[in-house]
Amino acid sequence: MIQQLSLLFPMLPMWLVQAIWCGVVAVLLLTFFSLFAGPVSWLERRIAGRIMSRIGPNRVGPQGIIQWLADGVKNFLKEDLIPRDADKILFRFAPYPVFLGVTLTLVTLPFSSLLIGADLNVGLLYIVGAWGLVVIGLIAAGWSSNNKWTLLGGMRSAAQMISYEIPLVLSLLVVVLMSGSLSLQTIISSQGASPVEWFIFSNPFAFIAFVIFMISAVAEGNRTPFDLPEAESELVAGYNTEYSGMRFLFFFFAEWGNLYVIGALAASLFLGGWQIPAGWRNFASAQGPILPHVFEVLMFQLKTWIWVLLIIQLRWTLPRLRVDQLMKVSWKYLTPFAFVSIVGTGLWMVVFPEGWLFMKYLLLFSMLAVIGYFVWRAIWQLRFTKSKADFKLIV
Amino acid sequence: MLTLYKQLPNFILTTKLDELLNWCRKSSVWYMLFATACCGIELMQTGGPRCDWDRFGAVPRSTPRQSDLMIIAGTISYKMAVCTRRLYDQMPDPKYVIAMGSCANCGGLFKHSYSVLKGIDKVMPVDIYVPGCPPRPEALTDGLLKLQEKMQKEKFLRS
Repeated sequence: MIQQLSLLFPMLPMWLVQAIWCGVVAVLLLTFFSLFAGPVSWLERRIAGRIMSRIGPNRVGPQGIIQWLADGVKNFLKEDLIPRDADKILFRFAPYPVFLGVTLTLVTLPFSSLLIGADLNVGLLYIVGAWGLVVIGLIAAGWSSNNKWTLLGGMRSAAQMISYEIPLVLSLLVVVLMSGSLSLQTIISSQGASPVEWFIFSNPFAFIAFVIFMISAVAEGNRTPFDLPEAESELVAGYNTEYSGMRFLFFFFAEWGNLYVIGALAASLFLGGWQIPAGWRNFASAQGPILPHVFEVLMFQLKTWIWVLLIIQLRWTLPRLRVDQLMKVSWKYLTPFAFVSIVGTGLWMVVFPEGWLFMKYLLLFSMLAVIGYFVWRAIWQLRFTKSKADFKLIV
Repeated sequence: MLTLYKQLPNFILTTKLDELLNWCRKSSVWYMLFATACCGIELMQTGGPRCDWDRFGAVPRSTPRQSDLMIIAGTISYKMAVCTRRLYDQMPDPKYVIAMGSCANCGGLFKHSYSVLKGIDKVMPVDIYVPGCPPRPEALTDGLLKLQEKMQKEKFLRS
């Protein structure tokens, strides 16, 4: 791409073209990030409303869809308050590592076979490393506010994120083992469009690794049931107690941006990413060069959004864990099982170099059975929902 | 942004900008989780399913640093008045106060007690008074709507 651009502007030096291109990509990624994090906060409040038999924001714009814009502008207008006894430099610095840690991961997350910020050959390592920046920001926020609650929240987040990073990375290693590469595009290319070609169904140990990945990724994102750093019933608001206005909004952004990162990682590592069936690809290629990429982007977004919605539902369904339970889950269950899944995947690859199709279909159909049971229960529950008359009174 | 606060002159551009900003501010009134007596129960109901405040973009925040609105829900004793005033001071500008129920308005039922503050307006400016003992969630919602009207009419950037 850069070579083609430098041919378009032959008078400009190469480094300048490269710098401008980097700037454009960075701005596009940040725009995507904010356009994701904003509406998802509205969506989460609507879903929370449904789950609590409320309605959720519906006054701002059609069905409240620009609620996030009002929230953002209001927070800009609020006073930027820094406590007198706070460590002022650290207090100002703290929101940025949190924000950066989440946005930097977007660079290597692919949207389609062409749309990717940079296809690093150490992409997965880079994502884990960049994600680790979040911890620094949270501890800095907790320490610099000079407040007991924020300090407790910061320490909790440090303990939680460091201990959950281990099962997270170990479960990612299973994928690396199967694809033989750290680059996200190579990992996706070594999977296929059909579910039996995905890594998640390739063997039972990979399935375990996927479950471990989802649990520890939710914990990394500080979402309920692992939102101990900002537990409202114990610590006032956790590490962001003393933050007001725009600085608080950075934490806010990072939390919802994390949702996309978790969903996109799950989709690209275990669920085949942007792969579309060969029939669709042939049809799309016949229409022109752009349509295949549109299909790929849509496929990837579909897979991502399924996990985003699932994590949102989890937040409003599950109670919060206690600190000792949190540590126990990570060190006593997730980490040993992650090791087992690495060794198991290695053995599986030695015993069945071509894969075992029966096991793939078994895993696929058991997963479908779980989803089917869930849908059936949801429909069964609906029979007991009373008339919507009460509901309409307050709309 | 607060350096421009109430600094600009009156003309069509600033008026329209003010309208937009006020619309954003009134659409996202985050109120503080703070209650002192039985009005607090009604306050919790107001956030609940029947009278969902989230419809208006109002969500509870547990820290004063991120809240715009303080609802004085219940009797304030002299000892509590000091803490309440401190919480009010901890909120960043622009901030609003709703006095909910008779006790917060004027001392109410406990007016003749030796230890009860005779109305929260003795220690902090109040924007909306909601009568009732305690007011129903509908009354409190009406208070929020009145507050939104007030915010919409305010001059934010203009002098």
